[in-house]
Amino acid sequence: MSTETQDLRAFSGQSSSVVLDQITKVFPTPEGMGETTAVNHIDLEIADGEMVTLLGPSGCGKTTTLRMIAGFEYPSSGSIMIGDRDVANVPPNKRGISMVFQSYALFPHLSIWENVAYGLKVKKLPKEEMIARTGKIMKLMALDGYEKRFPNQLSGGQQQRVALARAVVIEPSVLLFDEPLSNLDAKLRERMRDELRALQKRLGITSLYVTHDQAEAMAISDRVVIMKDGNLMQVGTPQEIYEYPTSKFVANFIGKANFIDGQMLGKDSDGTAHVTVGGRSLSLANPGGIEVAVGQPCALAFRPESVKLDDPGLDGIPGKVTRVTYFGDKIEYEAAYGEHTVVIEVYNPQLAKHYREGDEVTMILDLATVRLLQQD
Amino acid sequence: MTATALPAADPPKLKMKQGNNLAMLIRQPVLLVTILLVFAVLFIFVVLPMITVFQLSFTTEEGGFSIQPLIDILTSDKGGYPSYRATFWNSMLLGVIVAICATAVGYLFAFATTRTEMRGKRFFDLVATLPIISPPFVLSLSIIFLFGKQGMITNGMFGIDDFEVKGLGGLVLVQSLSFFPVAYLTLRGILESIDDSVEDAAFSMGASRGHIFRTVTLPLSLPGIISAVLLVFIQSLEDFSNPAVIGGGYSTLAVEAYRVITGMNDTITGGMLAIILLLPTVAAYLFQKYWLRKKSFVTVSGKPTQVRRKLHEKHIVYPLFAACAIVTALVFMFYGTVLFGAFVKVWGINYEFTLEHFAYVFTLGADALLNSVELAAISAPIGGVLGMVIAYLTVRQRFPGRKLMAISSMLTFAIPGIVASIGFMYTFNHQPLLLQGTAIILVAMFTFRNIPVAIESGTTTLLSIDPCIEEASTISGADTGYTFRRVILPMRRNAFFSGLVYSFVRAMTAVSAIIFLISPKWSLATSKVFALFESSKFSEAAAFVMVLIVIIFIAIGVIQTIVNILLKPKAKAPEAAEIKLALSEGEK
Repeated sequence: MSTETQDLRAFSGQSSSVVLDQITKVFPTPEGMGETTAVNHIDLEIADGEMVTLLGPSGCGKTTTLRMIAGFEYPSSGSIMIGDRDVANVPPNKRGISMVFQSYALFPHLSIWENVAYGLKVKKLPKEEMIARTGKIMKLMALDGYEKRFPNQLSGGQQQRVALARAVVIEPSVLLFDEPLSNLDAKLRERMRDELRALQKRLGITSLYVTHDQAEAMAISDRVVIMKDGNLMQVGTPQEIYEYPTSKFVANFIGKANFIDGQMLGKDSDGTAHVTVGGRSLSLANPGGIEVAVGQPCALAFRPESVKLDDPGLDGIPGKVTRVTYFGDKIEYEAAYGEHTVVIEVYNPQLAKHYREGDEVTMILDLATVRLLQQD
Repeated sequence: MTATALPAADPPKLKMKQGNNLAMLIRQPVLLVTILLVFAVLFIFVVLPMITVFQLSFTTEEGGFSIQPLIDILTSDKGGYPSYRATFWNSMLLGVIVAICATAVGYLFAFATTRTEMRGKRFFDLVATLPIISPPFVLSLSIIFLFGKQGMITNGMFGIDDFEVKGLGGLVLVQSLSFFPVAYLTLRGILESIDDSVEDAAFSMGASRGHIFRTVTLPLSLPGIISAVLLVFIQSLEDFSNPAVIGGGYSTLAVEAYRVITGMNDTITGGMLAIILLLPTVAAYLFQKYWLRKKSFVTVSGKPTQVRRKLHEKHIVYPLFAACAIVTALVFMFYGTVLFGAFVKVWGINYEFTLEHFAYVFTLGADALLNSVELAAISAPIGGVLGMVIAYLTVRQRFPGRKLMAISSMLTFAIPGIVASIGFMYTFNHQPLLLQGTAIILVAMFTFRNIPVAIESGTTTLLSIDPCIEEASTISGADTGYTFRRVILPMRRNAFFSGLVYSFVRAMTAVSAIIFLISPKWSLATSKVFALFESSKFSEAAAFVMVLIVIIFIAIGVIQTIVNILLKPKAKAPEAAEIKLALSEGEK
């Protein structure tokens, strides 16, 4: 452990776990007539030091969940534990947590130094200690030299670092992120994402991160939580979620997915599933954990990069190319097979044969990458 | 910069707030106590006095409820004197004429300063806002100086000695010039917010400037025009000082209520007239605030990337300039006349230079002046802070009765000063709220009458600032009070400043609101000026209002300085050496 890392550990003195137990949030509709359920009976455990991402489309309840943990919203039912403390009766300013906002929410009328030191000043820390701690975090964030500037005199990336410094300097037990990178342009966004993850890992602060960007979620999380319409759809490591989605929604939301309708024939004791697709019977060696009753319709899901394209007449699924998009790192094809459209991604196009619209092809699918899901 | 390249972010989170409920409130005791306190003071100083006025007027001798006196007042005539019905129609007629005239002048100025490339726009903007901070009586005084019995123009230039400027004509002139700034400010906001590209679109389709004005600009500004008409109408009805001194035989409700109470000690009739005055003003105000504002179709689009060339055709700009210049000349002539009048021995007879009127002000009027400054200086910060607190509570917090708080705090704007004065007099003249004759009753009157502007500007800025900034303060550990002091107040420094200035000026210039509340110990400058009018000491009055103007300008400068010292952003940070030292200390 380097001396710098030892130094950093000082900022994560009392990191805590977070446990959500059957959290529900019901809002009155704007007209005041009815109610909408923004968050529906969510259970979630975030381990001490873990970074978990809430991922979902707009209005899925991820931000509401975050704001309930922060204390800005009050759950309609259910309980929230931070460490071993039930925070139902603890106002936001007494929860010992920090938050980084989408808009950064820096204080425009205070200098960078005062922005960062704000939380320590609230706590009435002795002056010496306040200066030492603020100075240390500013140096760490490469903000030294900017002490007397105002937020509007800094670049977007620097403002982001000020927001992060302000959140970290008070040594929170939990750090919340509300889409902190969505105001940055694409390049900077990637760099800040890596910086942020590196910092979180080194500090070891329990973190909950809200985003609607799946690439961001994959890149920075220990675990990803997928939400839809206030419900928790799936929780797992980025790899688990990508390789073993448990629903068509998740498969489609994380990356791209092809779905083909089939019917369940049965399952062997070793887990191999047997299905029929368009009259052909297939055996899936690695179908995932979703149970489908024998005789019921099911969906076969596979990723575009699991399919290889070859010349027509070979052993595989015959198809006809209907669209070709060149991306540089890959070529994306759409091929028609019966009434299905299959998306195929061929990486490293310089080394591959190119097909054109209207070409007849054979699609070769590795059945070990096909997952079995329920038809919605 | 590359917003389109990014996936769409979630919609603004403002709506989330709606779900916050009582449960959260109870966990913030400071906030809860503040809300209860605000409700308490609003009830005591806004609602209770109004209840008192109604009680006073609708209670029969047996203690029952009856609207018979109201009917009596409106139907009976008073044996030869003009009936109160006539007074009511007088007020209405004056209000309507002034509302139309002042709005027309206001629209002219607003159009010229916002939609054209006329020269001297900033100067005309200043001219149109200055009368707001002017003490009362100035224009009435100059009317008397110019057109009165000893009038410089009527008598001096034309030798007419029986010209009667008092009455409807004089009132329309004086009130129109006094209140056109109100219309101007309303219309300027509306006209500024009309997207230029809408007019450009019409122009590019071949419409003439006149056609565009009739079919695009005017209809788009119509809600603003109606708003301005209603606001000026309220001001005209409420106005006491002008009709009291140059109304002559033209009686109005506000003045009549005062005369009935002071002259005949008839509180029931006085209260009744107050109610007749109150109902139209409150109705007009509520209509303006809660119905008309929703009708406004301000076209909002992204900020234009190009600076657009505004109206610059000579045949449009020159007449506009001439019209604005005439009004400006009139305003300057009136103020100049009073300034001149303050320095001459006997107006109309002896125009020798003298300082004796100022000597009078600084000797016999000194106490009243000091009282005015003192009470205005006490009430302005109270009103400024209270206004910000109420704006914050009604915009950012959710609690039962929030709308009620918003309405009752803004309502004081629509309550005519004479009505508030009557309400205060009869509410606070007995235990347990015996305040009559104290400074407290005056401070309370100033504070609550003047908060609407502080609330309004506070609300506007609050709505335009990201609520996350307050949440960032909270999550850093700050409680509501700390956040208010360190974040909310400094960030709304300009709104706070205008609230303070307005409160101070209104306190310095109030006439009818304090007319029943002053006492020998606590007499005020404006009541002294009114008394000078009553005894026809116009030169002394002129000197008095000039001193008031100077005091107001000085006060604005002082307030600006104080607000800047307290709230202006300063780049505070320890020096590099200090940080280095602290860092090395920490390593040991």
